Amino acid sequence: MGLSAVTVLGVDRPGVIAAVTGALAGCGANIQDSTMTLLGGHVAMMLLVNGELSADELTKHLTAPDLVVTAAAVAARRDFRRRENGLGYVLTVHGPDRPGIISGISTVLAADGGNITGMSTRLTGRLYVLIADVELPEKVDVADLMRRLAAVGAGLDSEITFRPVEPDLL
Amino acid sequence: MTGSGAPGAQTSAVTGTARPVLPAPHPVLSSPAEEVDPTAPAVVSAAADLLATLRREPATGLSAPQIGLSWRLIAFDARSHPRTRSWAGELVVVNPRLAEAARWDSGREGCASVADLTADVRRATHITVRGRLPGSGEPVTIEADAFEARCIQHQLDHLDGILFLDRVSGALSLHRRLHRCGG
Repeated sequence: MGLSAVTVLGVDRPGVIAAVTGALAGCGANIQDSTMTLLGGHVAMMLLVNGELSADELTKHLTAPDLVVTAAAVAARRDFRRRENGLGYVLTVHGPDRPGIISGISTVLAADGGNITGMSTRLTGRLYVLIADVELPEKVDVADLMRRLAAVGAGLDSEITFRPVEPDLL
Repeated sequence: MTGSGAPGAQTSAVTGTARPVLPAPHPVLSSPAEEVDPTAPAVVSAAADLLATLRREPATGLSAPQIGLSWRLIAFDARSHPRTRSWAGELVVVNPRLAEAARWDSGREGCASVADLTADVRRATHITVRGRLPGSGEPVTIEADAFEARCIQHQLDHLDGILFLDRVSGALSLHRRLHRCGG
């Protein structure tokens, strides 16, 4: 049994998900974690697939004229859960679209050991929006980090908010 | 609602003109708005324009910054929204202030200034808002719940230069509006 990371990219149309998941089921592959979204009219899927077939064989089974498919063998990670001492934050950036927004913001976060665990960006008209889930080490000076994020935001003519994740345990 | 009679359409002798709604990004939408005199003729005129704009837009609420005025005015009419329970009427409130907020819940919302995007935002579902009515300057208190409460808080945020995007609960809570509402 091997684990493969599969990516599927194609023009959005009804039936893409059915075709991909049907092909996987047909060759005995089991979908573990997966995510799918639309990126500018393109369907984008990422899947972790467990099965007997190699990554190359999976690619052959999934190939379709209007889809770009890649598959690669990956090692199973059993320690992927949230680090117990990490602190969760949500980052919002919005402002005029320009190159370098994600790079500028993520560089500041990385300098403090911040880990982006989820991110969505959307462009609508002139407005560029970035929402990111960020995990920070406990030792980080959050006030200082927010000052540096604000400085980067000002340089990009963008508004930035950075706030703790609200507790969700009942 | 107290201080100005029963809920319903707010009567106004001033006829407003619908203005364009500013799309984000725009400096006025990112700046705190100023308190104003609710009896000043220019404010009464702006209130009428805000109401005229709201009536034209497919929205349940608007704020003065969205029509380019950095003044503390909001207009709302949540009557037609399916998630509405309380309904204070079609109302313009000057210098509104959130007095009480309780029972927080997450819900989907969008904005007339942010086309094509919606997001899940956590807001109070029971609120009390106090302000003044344009023209008379009479005090008004609004008790709102459900979607009307969400709409009013969204407009109050605009007066502080805050967009709903600044309150999104996580990366997967941002959505592109791809279709019209069903039903």
